[in-house]
Amino acid sequence: MLTLQKLNEIKEQTLAAANMDSARKGTRVVVGMATCGMAAGAKSVYETLAKEIARRGLARVTLAQTGCIGFCRLEPIVEVYIPGQEKVTYVKVTPENARHIIAEHLVNGNIIAEFTEKVSLEKQKRVALRNCGVINPELIDEYVAMEGYQALAKAVLEMTPEQVVDEIKRSGLRGRGGGGFPTGLKWEFTAKTQADQKYVCCNADEGDPGAFMDRSVLEGDPHAVLEAMAIAGYAIGATNGYIYVRAEYPVAVKRLEIAIEQAKQAGLLGQGIFGSNFNFDIEIRLGAGAFVCGEETALMVSIEGHRGEPRPRPPFPAVKGLFGKPTVLNNVETFANVPQIILHGAKWFADMGTEKSKGTKVFALGGKINNTGLIEISMGTSLREVIYDLGGGIPNGKKFKAAQTGGPSGGCIPAQHIDTPIEYDALIQLGSMMGSGGLIVMDEETCMVDVARFFLEFTVEESCGKCPPCRIGTKRMLELLEKITNNQGQKGDIEKLEQLAKTIKAASLCGLGQTAPNPVLSTLRYFRDEYEAHINERKCPAGVCTAFLQYVVLEEKCRKCGLCARSCPARAIIGKPKESYRIDTDLCIKCGLCISKCPAKAIEKKHNQ
Amino acid sequence: MDKVTITIDGRSVTVPGNYTVLQAARELNIHIPTLCYIKEINEIGACRMCLVEVKGARALQASCVLPVAEGMEIKTNTPLLRDTRRTILELILSNHNRECTICARNRNCELQTLAEELGIREIRFQGESPEPKVDDLSPAIVRDGSKCILCRRCVAVCHQVQRVGVIQATQRGFYTSIEPAFGMSLNEVACINCGQCIQACPVAALREKDDTEKVWAALSNPDLHVVVQTAPAVRIALGEEFGLEPGTIVTGKMVAALRRLGFQKVFDTDFAADLTIMEEGHELIGRIQNGGTLPLITSCSPGWVRFLEHYYPDFMGNLSTCKSPQQMMGAVLKTYYAQKVGIDPAKIYVVSVMPCTAKKFECQRPEMNSSGYRDVDVVLTTRELARMIKESRIEFNDLSDEEYDHPLGEATGAGVIFGATGGVTEAALRTVVEVLTGKECNTLEYESVRGIEGVKEVTLKIGDLELKAAIAHGTGNARKLLDKIAGGEEKYHFIEIMACPGGCLTGGGQPIRSAKEKFDTDFRVVRAQAIYRVDQASKLRKSHENPEIKKIYEDFLGKPNSHKAHELLHIKNQLL
Repeated sequence: MLTLQKLNEIKEQTLAAANMDSARKGTRVVVGMATCGMAAGAKSVYETLAKEIARRGLARVTLAQTGCIGFCRLEPIVEVYIPGQEKVTYVKVTPENARHIIAEHLVNGNIIAEFTEKVSLEKQKRVALRNCGVINPELIDEYVAMEGYQALAKAVLEMTPEQVVDEIKRSGLRGRGGGGFPTGLKWEFTAKTQADQKYVCCNADEGDPGAFMDRSVLEGDPHAVLEAMAIAGYAIGATNGYIYVRAEYPVAVKRLEIAIEQAKQAGLLGQGIFGSNFNFDIEIRLGAGAFVCGEETALMVSIEGHRGEPRPRPPFPAVKGLFGKPTVLNNVETFANVPQIILHGAKWFADMGTEKSKGTKVFALGGKINNTGLIEISMGTSLREVIYDLGGGIPNGKKFKAAQTGGPSGGCIPAQHIDTPIEYDALIQLGSMMGSGGLIVMDEETCMVDVARFFLEFTVEESCGKCPPCRIGTKRMLELLEKITNNQGQKGDIEKLEQLAKTIKAASLCGLGQTAPNPVLSTLRYFRDEYEAHINERKCPAGVCTAFLQYVVLEEKCRKCGLCARSCPARAIIGKPKESYRIDTDLCIKCGLCISKCPAKAIEKKHNQ
Repeated sequence: MDKVTITIDGRSVTVPGNYTVLQAARELNIHIPTLCYIKEINEIGACRMCLVEVKGARALQASCVLPVAEGMEIKTNTPLLRDTRRTILELILSNHNRECTICARNRNCELQTLAEELGIREIRFQGESPEPKVDDLSPAIVRDGSKCILCRRCVAVCHQVQRVGVIQATQRGFYTSIEPAFGMSLNEVACINCGQCIQACPVAALREKDDTEKVWAALSNPDLHVVVQTAPAVRIALGEEFGLEPGTIVTGKMVAALRRLGFQKVFDTDFAADLTIMEEGHELIGRIQNGGTLPLITSCSPGWVRFLEHYYPDFMGNLSTCKSPQQMMGAVLKTYYAQKVGIDPAKIYVVSVMPCTAKKFECQRPEMNSSGYRDVDVVLTTRELARMIKESRIEFNDLSDEEYDHPLGEATGAGVIFGATGGVTEAALRTVVEVLTGKECNTLEYESVRGIEGVKEVTLKIGDLELKAAIAHGTGNARKLLDKIAGGEEKYHFIEIMACPGGCLTGGGQPIRSAKEKFDTDFRVVRAQAIYRVDQASKLRKSHENPEIKKIYEDFLGKPNSHKAHELLHIKNQLL
C-alpha cells in the first residue's frame, strides 16, 4: 500500500534525482517527444543525445523525453536546464546539432545562440498543460514530483465525496469538450443516482479537424487524467473507469498504457487506495475513427461494442449511461484541471477567467497564423491577443478575415469582433462556440463559402446515418454549397440552405447534427455578400473557387521561357520558346502549378469574363 | 406505477408514469406522426417525425422515447413542428425510390400515407439518390435498398425479437445501408427466411419473393393439373386484404376465389395438419415408450427448422422427423391423390397458399421430393394470393362460400389451430391423450398453451405419465427455451416452436399492418380469436377422428409411422 508519507518521499527524491527542482545540482536536458516532435524527427535527436552523453560520461546530466510544450512549428525542441542558469531552448534540432549542443553547451558551457529561439510562456496560463513539456510522461515519479496524486490523496483521505463534488461545483469548471456543461453539476447528478455500479468515462476521441489539445495532454501528462478520473470515481461512487481514445493516437495510447500500469504498480489504482476502502480501476478502449463517437451516448454505445450511434437523451448518462449504469463522462482537458482544483481549492481556480467562464482554455492554433501550435490562456483573453500576441499574427502581412472556433460544430468570428473575450457565452452570442479548442485562422484570401463547404463535407462524411435530418439534410446542404462554389448557384439557394439549416438544427438526434449547420449559418450571418456574389455576380470575391477563375499569361511580363508549359499536367499551355504562350481554358484544370513555376510571375488568376 | 398528469396541446391527461409522451398523446386521440416507431419493438427516436415541443426544453424532443414527467407541457402541432416534419419528410422522400405506382406496397405504405397526410406536394431538396440495389437471391425475401428509409424496424425485429441478427446498418452517413455484413445476400447468410422484417418494413424495402407469375403460367398451361392447398392461418387473415375487419373468417370465399382463379382442386392444409398430428403424435409416444431422444421438438415451421440448423445444431436429434403439413400434403397429392384420380404425378402442379415466407424456402429444399417430384411446386403468401384475386377482378367480398374438394379437404378443429402458437401442442394433446389411455377424453381446450406469452408450459397427467410440454413462438423466445434445456434447468417431453411471434397468424407472409394499426390492435390476439372460433365451430375437433385421415391410413399408408408413412411424410436424415 502506498501511504501519503511514501508519496511525499518519492516526490522529494525524484525532484533531486531528476534535476527537476530549482536547487538542482545537475543538468536536465529534455526533448519534446509528443507526436509533433516525433514527426519532426525528435527520436533520432534523443538517441543522439543519449549516445553522446554516455560516450562522454556526463554523469550529472539527466536526459528526459517530455510532451509538447506548444511550439509545434519549432520541433524538434531540446531544452537545457543548468543549475543557476536560465533555461535554454534549442529549436529545429537535428542529430548533428544535438552533438554540437552536447559538446559546446554541456561540455564547454557555451550556448549556441543560432540554434536557439526565445520562446515565452509568459502570456499563457498553464493549468491543464502545466506538466506538458516539463516532465517525462512515461515516469510516474516525475508526475509525483510535480505534486502528482496529492489531490487524490487529499480527496480520499481528507474529503467526503460530497465535499469533492462541492469543490468542483464551486470552482465553476465547465466541460472543455464543447458543450460547456458545469462539471460539478454533472458529478452531482451522477453521485445522487442510486445504483449498484457506476462508471467514469474519459472522452479522448478528439476529432475536430485541426484540434490536438487532448492528444497533447495525454502524451505529455497522462497521470493527470488518471488521477482526475479516480477523484471523479471517489466523488460519484464509481469503481471503474474507461478511457475512450482514438486509435489514431498511438503515442497517447502507449503512454496511457504505461501510466495505468505504473499507477497500478504503485497502488494508486486498484484496491484500497491510500489505505481507504476506495477502489478504482481504469481500462482503455480504442475508437475506430468515427467523429460521432465523441458524442457521449455514441461513445458509450461504442465502448459497449456496438456500432457507434447516438441515442436520444433523456435518459442522460448521469441516470443511464455506460452499460445502463450512471456514468460521468468528461473530456481529457476537463479532467486535467481537476487535480489542481482539489489541490489548490475552488477559489484559486475561480479567480481565473471571467464571471461565467472560469479557469483557462487550451487552444490549438492552425490555419493562416505564424505560430501554429498549442496555447493555454485565461478565459476572457481576447481573440486579438491570441492571434497577434500569442500566435504571432498572420503570415505574409495578410489581413485577418475570420477565425473558426468549435470546428465543424462551431462558427466563424469575423474581424469586427476580434476584441471579443474568449468565453463560452460570448462565443455563442456570436454564433460560434468554444468547442474543444480548435482555432483556425483565416486571412483575406479565404472564401467563406468554400470554408462552409469544407466543414459540411466533413459532417456529411462523419454523420452516423441514424436520423434523416443529419443523414440527408447535411448532404443536401453540401450539394447546394457545391453548386454555389461551382458557379452553378441559383436564386433561392441561400433560402434553401437556411431552411435546411433550421430543420437540421431543430430536429437532429444528437449534437453532431444539431450543430452541423453552424458553419453555414455563421458565414451567412457575417459574409452573406460572398454567397450573393457567387450566385448573382458569378464571382468568388476571395478568388478561391476555381470555377469562377481563369488562368491567363500576362504577355508583358512573360519571358517566354516555357517552364509553365513543361510543368502543366494538362498540357493546357500552348506556345513556343521565345515566341509566345497562352493557356487553353478548356484544357486548364486550374491546379495552379504554372503560377508556382513561373519565374516572372507572369501567370495570374482572373475572374471569368 | 404512479400516475403522472401532463398537458398536451392544452388538454390534460393522466397516465402511468412509465408512459412515453407518444403513448400519452394517443390516450387523448392525438396521433403524432411516426415512421421508425413500432410499439415495444423499435423505440429509438431515429426518424424524428414524432418530434414535439416541450415547454422549457432546449430542443425538440422525440415523443416516442420521451418519458412523461409530472406537469410537463407538450405541443404537438405548432408552425415549427409542421415545418420541421415536412422538411424531414421531403428529405426522406428525396432519397427514396419514388416509383409508388408500380411499387409492391402501393397504397399500403407508411411513407406514402404520411406524405399524403402531411400534404407534401413538392420536394424542394433534390439531390443524389441511391441506385436501386436489389438483392433477390433469397428464395423468400427481396431487399431493395433504394426504397429503404433506414428506420431500423427490420433490424430491431431481426436482432431483438427474433435474435437472428443477419441485417444491420453498414457504411455510414448518407451511404448507410441496411444489409447483411460485407454486402452479402440474404441467401448467403444465416437468415431463416421468417419474413418478420417484411412485416416490420414501412415501405417496400423488404418484400416477399413474388411467385405469382409462376402460378399464372401454370394455370394457363393445359397440360397441368393445378391444385392448391391453403394453410390454417390464411383463412382468418386474407379478408384484411379486402378491407374486412381483422379476424373475419373467409374460408368459403377464399375457396370460391381459388376456383375462380382456375385451380382444378382446392384442398385444405388442415387435413395435412391432422395427418401431422397422427405422425408426430405417434412419434412422441414412440420416443417416450422406447427411450428415444426427448424432448421431441416440432418441425412444422420451416423458419424454426432453419434456425435450429444454423444456431442450435446440437438439437437436430430432437427435431421431429415429420415433414411440415404443406410438404406432407404435397407428397400425398403426388402419390395417393394421383393414384386415386389417375393423373400422372408429373402433371400435377401443387400450389400452397401460406402465411409464411419460409415456406418458399422449404418447398425447394432438395429432400422434399419423396414422390419423385417436388412435393410442392410453388408457395404463395397470403398477400400474393390477394394480389392474384385483385388482378383477376374478382369481387372477393361478394363471393358466396364454397367448400374444399375431397378427399384431402376434410379437416378437424385440431388441424386449424396449427395456425396459432400453442395450437400444435393442443392438437397433439387431443390425440395423444386418447391414444395413450385408450379412452375418450372430454378435455378439448388447453388454456395454458394459448395466448401470446413468449414461453408457455403445460404439465398433464396421462395415466402414469406426467407429460411436460413447452411452447415458444418467435425464435428469440426459442433461444430462451433451448438455452434452459441445454443448461439442464428444464426437462420436457414435447416442445412446440413457431418461428414467428404469434405463430403463423402473424407470419411473414400475412397481410402487413402499419405500426399505427399495431399500436391499437394486437393482431396476434385478434387473429387467434378467429382461429379458435373456427375450431369451436368444427364438427370434429380431434385429428384421429377425421374420416379422411382414417381412410388414407386404411387405403394407403397403413398405420402412423409405417414404412410408407416414413417414406413419404418424414425426412430420413435431418440435414445440415
